[in-house]
Amino acid sequence: MFTLNVNGQAQKFDGDPSMPLLWYLRDELGLTGTKFGCGVAACGACTVHIDGEAVRACRTAISDVNGKSVTTIEGLDPEGNHPVQKAWRAVNVPQCGYCQAGQIMQAAAFLKQTPHPSDAEIDNAMYGNICRCGTYQRIRAAIKQASGA
Amino acid sequence: MTKIHHELAPSGIENVSRRGVLQGLFATGGLVLAISLAPTRKAFADAPKWGADGMPHGTVNDTRTFVSIAPDGTVSIVCSRSEMGQGVRTGIPLIVADEMEADWSKVKIVQAPGDEAKYGNQDTDGSRSTRHFFRPMREVGAAARMMLEAAAAKRWNVDVADVEAKNHQVIQKSTGKALGYGELAADASMMPVPTGQTKDKMNNPSAASLRLKDPSQFRYIGKEGTNLVDGFDISTGRAKYGQDIRLPGTKYAVIARPPVMGGKVVSFDATEAKKVPGFVQIVEIPAPTFPLAFQPSGGIAVVADNTWAAMKARDALVIKWDDGPHASYDSAAYRTAMEETARKPGVSLRKEGDFAGAMASADKKVEGDYYIPHIAHATMEPPAASCQIVDGKAEVWTSVQSPQAAHDLVAKYLGFKPEDVTVHVTLLGGGFGRRSKPDFAVEAALVSKGIGGKPVKVVWTREDDIHNGFYHTVSAERLEAGLDKDGKVVAWRHNSVAPTIFSLFAADPKHEAALEQGMGLTDNPFDVKNVSIENGEAEAHTKIGWFRSVSNIPHAFAIQSFTAELAAAAGKDMKSFILDLIGPPRIVNIAGMVKEFWDYGENPEVHPVDTGRLRAVIELATEKAGWGRKLPPGHGLGLAVHRSFVTYVATVVEVAVDEKGAIKIPRVDVAIDCGPTVNPDRVRSQMEGAVIMGLGIAMMSEISFKDGKVQQSNFDDYQVLRIGDAPRETHVHIVPHGYDVPLGGVGEPGVPPVAPAMLNAVFAATGKRIRALPLRQQVSKA
Repeated sequence: MFTLNVNGQAQKFDGDPSMPLLWYLRDELGLTGTKFGCGVAACGACTVHIDGEAVRACRTAISDVNGKSVTTIEGLDPEGNHPVQKAWRAVNVPQCGYCQAGQIMQAAAFLKQTPHPSDAEIDNAMYGNICRCGTYQRIRAAIKQASGA
Repeated sequence: MTKIHHELAPSGIENVSRRGVLQGLFATGGLVLAISLAPTRKAFADAPKWGADGMPHGTVNDTRTFVSIAPDGTVSIVCSRSEMGQGVRTGIPLIVADEMEADWSKVKIVQAPGDEAKYGNQDTDGSRSTRHFFRPMREVGAAARMMLEAAAAKRWNVDVADVEAKNHQVIQKSTGKALGYGELAADASMMPVPTGQTKDKMNNPSAASLRLKDPSQFRYIGKEGTNLVDGFDISTGRAKYGQDIRLPGTKYAVIARPPVMGGKVVSFDATEAKKVPGFVQIVEIPAPTFPLAFQPSGGIAVVADNTWAAMKARDALVIKWDDGPHASYDSAAYRTAMEETARKPGVSLRKEGDFAGAMASADKKVEGDYYIPHIAHATMEPPAASCQIVDGKAEVWTSVQSPQAAHDLVAKYLGFKPEDVTVHVTLLGGGFGRRSKPDFAVEAALVSKGIGGKPVKVVWTREDDIHNGFYHTVSAERLEAGLDKDGKVVAWRHNSVAPTIFSLFAADPKHEAALEQGMGLTDNPFDVKNVSIENGEAEAHTKIGWFRSVSNIPHAFAIQSFTAELAAAAGKDMKSFILDLIGPPRIVNIAGMVKEFWDYGENPEVHPVDTGRLRAVIELATEKAGWGRKLPPGHGLGLAVHRSFVTYVATVVEVAVDEKGAIKIPRVDVAIDCGPTVNPDRVRSQMEGAVIMGLGIAMMSEISFKDGKVQQSNFDDYQVLRIGDAPRETHVHIVPHGYDVPLGGVGEPGVPPVAPAMLNAVFAATGKRIRALPLRQQVSKA
């Protein structure tokens, strides 16, 4: 039996300990905001926060989050008004939008550690998050906007 | 009396729609403008079928099909095209809202299921949505506005000339009194629908009783400041894609598919798979028959209680495959064979003057062989579809560009009547042409059938996606040209060799079809007297599918790279050289030069090949990019221009190459002439995205085959552009036009010029000419 906290709610799971957090969130809890993109931690679409740090849920076994706190895009802000989310909308970042939950979660954790990032720091922090539509320029702009730069 | 006219997708995807106005709209029964009358289809039986009229089911402009108004004033507008990032769920309803004087903040978007008889064509590809639906959606909005005005005039018992719809109200001009749209909706639905809608050959609306706005009165169309209708849902994780649908009680399935196209299951052993906790059932998917078209590849489906269990059980399957006739496909050997073919004469597609004679007397001869490998779409959302079958009726939820094709194929595979199948369209996590092929929707239907109709979601992994794609064609392009002593091009030969998309649909024709030839090969507008355009034979050994901008990618890459090579050989600047090569502003009558000219299905009188517009985008892009400016050491500027999807795009790329050959891109300038725009922000975003996709093609993306199998598997070995490789700045410059100019495409035409512009820049910076993509480490190896 594993216990964890997801978006402020206590959860229990007694299934396969090797199940990636991604599939636990999506299939068991119905939190489909965390996306499946690659399954090998190569695209960042499944990025969530574990105890405040950005982590790829597709390569994190449920057994590794026992006793930890997970925040998904659904729990980032109750009203969807985290500064990163607001900036994302103001800049009209998304195209198809599929990768954007992961981008936003990556950016939110990054900005917490690096409130006023340089261009190079942004590129470095976001390098693991692929956007096939090619919204990178607006991602940079939204991160700058959210940082108050 | 009134009848609810719109199918809303039940369970799960309601919140695809606009947030904040979700509740109760259709539950009230207070609908409106939706009385059940037969839609008026526009038909011009005797006219040639151009543009939208040439597409299956054409367009529908019946306001009752697309608009409904709730008593609270909420206006629901149906979007019948698929949203895959191009912004169509914002742009198409915006046209309707503007024409009907609706307040955009009170508009809700309803996504149509696959039903072309009702909505008109729904194939969301070919960069067609806005260009084909601009006029019919204006008519939809104008009719709604006039019905609301007529209802108000009747209510007040005044002449309709004394009332005017303005910002979600109808106002009596003489008194200033007003009625909201919600108050008028029920009456408006009883008003006659304005008729007499016609169009002239330039595709401009002109109407008898239907009164369209003067474009000077547009409130949203062509304006800045429109936010995405799905922006809130996307930024909060509420947006639902095919992968995200969870029907109550759903099972999950993954499928082991043949590793080689055309392969089959010989035998399989599921003993170990069945031991995986959560395993439910095996469902065999039949092998396809030829031609493949959009059929599933066949294989063994594993159904389980969750996706992870399904994946683990699939890993435990032991399958013996018969790899079939393409088991020896080796893309490296194939490249050599294609390049040999390209050097020989091909089938003549276009011939003017005497190429051989002019070449023999040319002062200088230049030649180049260009190669582009297969490319995978690799949409961020891997394919997925859910299906359940209840009482002999199948419902499918999936992210497809072609919901009607999905519908028809599901009905065929299940042996159901068309009316017993519904295909609900979710948001698409990228399309790029991949989701025009609804093989995964059929898989979901077959798996559901195999488990007694229970709900199931078929999930593709990234590896499934990379291994079972409909790949962009591989191509070898041979260019030869002769220059006279002044450096003017006097002879031009282009032999294009590439397996055709049409190998999917019939016995392999082994030659590019008119549709592919017209994408930059035979429609070359250069002002050269002696021309030979040819096409050599190439057999398809995998599924060839259309990929964003299709054959324009290899054709533009070869032609625009070669043009820069010619400029260098002539000792001239690329910009002035290509302007000379294009020649003076004029209409080039390609149809008079080739047997069959396919120009994106458009009427050549409406969308002629106009070298004036081609020249203008070159001038604009180069001016904005500061063409000719002094550059830091290691930097270079490259230019390319291309007309596709009846839109003109010129791109200037600046590269910075360090001493180790590492490449950075400080700046890209894109000039686009797509006619007038609906949502200029989405035109810019499409160009920004096209630059990223084009640079990925130029620099790193490649699908290769060995023993018939794709050698890449995931984003670690199938590389796409990441943020650190992206240009520091991309500037998009839109050529302004009035609404008397026909609209061009936007989704695709940004892609073709990117790769040649980038590699022309690399040449300018380093002197090294890259003729085979992707670039990878070719510069650093020099």
